[in-house]
Amino acid sequence: MTNCPTLIVTVGLPARGKTYISKKLTRYLNWIDVPTKEFNVGQYRRECVKIYKSFEFFRPDNEEGLKIRKQCALAALNDVRQFLTDEGGQVAVFDATNTTRERRETILRFAEQNGFKVFFVESVCEDPDVIAENIVQVKLGCPDYTHCNTEDAVADFMKRIKCYENSYQPLDEELDRDLSFIKIIDVGRRYLVNRVQDHIQSRIVYYLMNIHITPRSIYLCRHGESDLNIKGRIGGDSGLSARGKEFAKALGQFIQSQNIRDLKVWTSQMKRTIQTAEALGVPYEQWKALNEIDAGVCEELMYEEIQQKYPLEFALRDQDKYRYRYPKGESYEDLVQRLEPVIMELERQENVLVICHQAVMRCLLAYFLDKTAEELPYLKCALHTVLKLTPMAYGCKVESVCLNVDAVNTHRDRPSVRFTNTHPLSMSFLTVLLHRRHPLNSSVNM
Amino acid sequence: MIIYKIPLSSHKFQYISGKFQIWNISKIPQTKFPENFRKSSRPQFTNCPTMIVMVGLPARGKTYISKKLTRYLNWIGVPTQVFNLGQYRREVLQTYKNYEFFRPDNEEAMKIRRAYASNALKDIASYFTKEQGQVAVLDATNTTRERRGVIINFAKEKGYKVFFIESVCDDPEIIEANTMQVKLSSPDYENYDKEEALVDFLKRIDCYKMSYVPLDEEKDRHLSFIKIFNVGSRYLVNRVQDHIQSRIVYYLMNIHVTPRSIYLSRHGESELNLLGRIGGDTGLSSQGQKYAKALAEFIRGQSIKDLKVWTSHMKRTIQTAEALGVPYEQWKALNEIDAGVCEEMTYEEIQATHPEEFALRDQDKYRYRYPKGESYEDLVHRLEPVIMELERQENVLVICHQAVMRCLLAYFLDKSEDDLPYLKCPLHTVLKLTPLAYGCKVESFYLNIQAVNTHRDRPTVKSLLCESE
Repeated sequence: MTNCPTLIVTVGLPARGKTYISKKLTRYLNWIDVPTKEFNVGQYRRECVKIYKSFEFFRPDNEEGLKIRKQCALAALNDVRQFLTDEGGQVAVFDATNTTRERRETILRFAEQNGFKVFFVESVCEDPDVIAENIVQVKLGCPDYTHCNTEDAVADFMKRIKCYENSYQPLDEELDRDLSFIKIIDVGRRYLVNRVQDHIQSRIVYYLMNIHITPRSIYLCRHGESDLNIKGRIGGDSGLSARGKEFAKALGQFIQSQNIRDLKVWTSQMKRTIQTAEALGVPYEQWKALNEIDAGVCEELMYEEIQQKYPLEFALRDQDKYRYRYPKGESYEDLVQRLEPVIMELERQENVLVICHQAVMRCLLAYFLDKTAEELPYLKCALHTVLKLTPMAYGCKVESVCLNVDAVNTHRDRPSVRFTNTHPLSMSFLTVLLHRRHPLNSSVNM
Repeated sequence: MIIYKIPLSSHKFQYISGKFQIWNISKIPQTKFPENFRKSSRPQFTNCPTMIVMVGLPARGKTYISKKLTRYLNWIGVPTQVFNLGQYRREVLQTYKNYEFFRPDNEEAMKIRRAYASNALKDIASYFTKEQGQVAVLDATNTTRERRGVIINFAKEKGYKVFFIESVCDDPEIIEANTMQVKLSSPDYENYDKEEALVDFLKRIDCYKMSYVPLDEEKDRHLSFIKIFNVGSRYLVNRVQDHIQSRIVYYLMNIHVTPRSIYLSRHGESELNLLGRIGGDTGLSSQGQKYAKALAEFIRGQSIKDLKVWTSHMKRTIQTAEALGVPYEQWKALNEIDAGVCEEMTYEEIQATHPEEFALRDQDKYRYRYPKGESYEDLVHRLEPVIMELERQENVLVICHQAVMRCLLAYFLDKSEDDLPYLKCPLHTVLKLTPLAYGCKVESFYLNIQAVNTHRDRPTVKSLLCESE
């Protein structure tokens, strides 16, 4: 996607959402397979100055403070260099105030020396309500203020912001016209975008312009139990079983009880999700991109049959479940790529219920909960369970609601034991045995 | 919203409520093909019609942007139309005398201009209500706050969203290049010689300059707009309201005007091609290998600066690229259309084993989805990121497949959904596309290596049962 590494540099006064943006952007880039890491200078400072006393540390005339802060910034830059040059990183997010032109110059020189592209992300906000909310949500709980009460913490933090205000030189349309940057004004009401250099910067700008911080919840669930689920077969396009239909009704009741404002409902284009949505009695939108992973030649087979017919493929899949592609089918990696527009639209939306499939739900969940490619294919997404995700501070709160309608278990754990001299085939066989032995599956005709 | 309830047990259709989407899951009787049979694969982008209003002095690229944006939106399935006020003026006035028509003190002309501007708005309303349009692009200078006010009021009355696109440019070289490329050849200046035309046009621009009030960050902060500075080196984006506006902004931020060429070609003839079978993932036949070598020679002969080469993930395109001896990038999105249950069959076999499917496909080749496969409509959806990246890039050679190439070609040449599945993309032929003025110049190079013909024309007699080759 990009031939030389990119250094994203945040700019802005404290409590303007820089860390929120850094973490969210890093999560997104990693999910779309661009190795990204954030480097928060505040963290380096906390490691250096073990105990935070007060805002005085940030006073512009505090020589000692300035020295330490500069050292921390340089230490962080050093780690950035290591990540981008030696560790295969592609994007590094340098999360700090970077409010003076002088500091930004230092960073630009550093990037030039190392052959990194630089893209600035500045957050400008004067709305006192937004700033107050930021402070309450993320500053008060931070290690700096553990020993303070709320009032003192807020007072100290406001003075901290003041220390930066006088020397703040925002990115300027004219003076900085040769730099590549996006200025985000008032939490996304307005953007100024200058000199986007390449594909990754274009994607970053698009992403930043689609995210918002309006409180909302995303509900993820699978379709109700399907006829093929009961037979222990993967893929296909069958309808709901009797229990699946019960779940659909229970889902309808659950959604009503949640009293969700302006809920959007999305399904895939496969019967089982559509039938589940039908029971809700509300309009819904079908996305082909939400269709289950295409298992190619293994469509509608049982795991035992796959093992018999394609033993090597079966074992290979267990070796690298994320990248393994079914013959004439897809891999989880392919799924992530096709789900990217869904994620982008989820970011734009507010309250949404997504009725999808096991592999698809794993991919979406991995995005919201920042799971790695290794963990993704083994995330637990049981039938008849709704996950309610609510963005909170720097992450996502997850509430799992099981709607108490029985269903088979379609989960296959990661082969837990990896002996180097044990044939991979037998390890996979073991997981199939365990899958069959699961209490919910034992009664089912397999 | 109307909901049609058809019992699931019916053999005809399974209806999906929500947005007029009907999903055909079983065979339908041979006698009827209902008109509103639509298997749309994408969600709605916007719930109410949107007016895109261009703003800017003459020769700032408004028409270029309008046409390009319209082409893109139509390609991704959003019915869009341009309403160019210059065209309205030419219809009213028949002949253009000179710049005096545009003088701000020319009362009579002002009256005429207001009249046809108002007609354009009426046509836009009609486009939305009677023709199911979703986006209308009002291509005019719209340089005063007063005029924009009129448009905003009109839209508010009718319940349309408004998104402004302003192009601001003070680089005299760009303005001159624009003028040379598109203005001097306009019908207005048929009877002028070049020098006089240029002089007159510059005076025309001056007429607008005095009263030009650009969109303002502060005063217009409640409006939704994007301001493009100097052909894209800077953008100011304000209050993006919905998905379609977000996509429009993304698109505008990715296009450029740097001269370049896009080369489209299919893979060399493949083994399955020789057997008359569709789909699959085979390697090149011996003729195909010859083509790959010929392609390499051709590319070298073109002396292209910084050429990027893209292929799909299928063997036949990769093998073709290998012969070029340069680095290439593989895109899964460039894979051939998935023919589902019909993969690797000959057309005769498909007709024998799936006669109804075969006929249905000829009825609506664009929307028809192979069972367990894809439709052309699905293809367009999956090719959208490829198009977006092609817009960002400069010189690119795309080695792909018949259906894929048809979709890409339809985007560049503004072909409709009806024409797209029947575009001619023969094997062993390279198409060189060079953006020019408001469109695309196409040069076709047949590299003189024999190959089978894989093209099926649109059936002339629409019969559900019979298909003759």
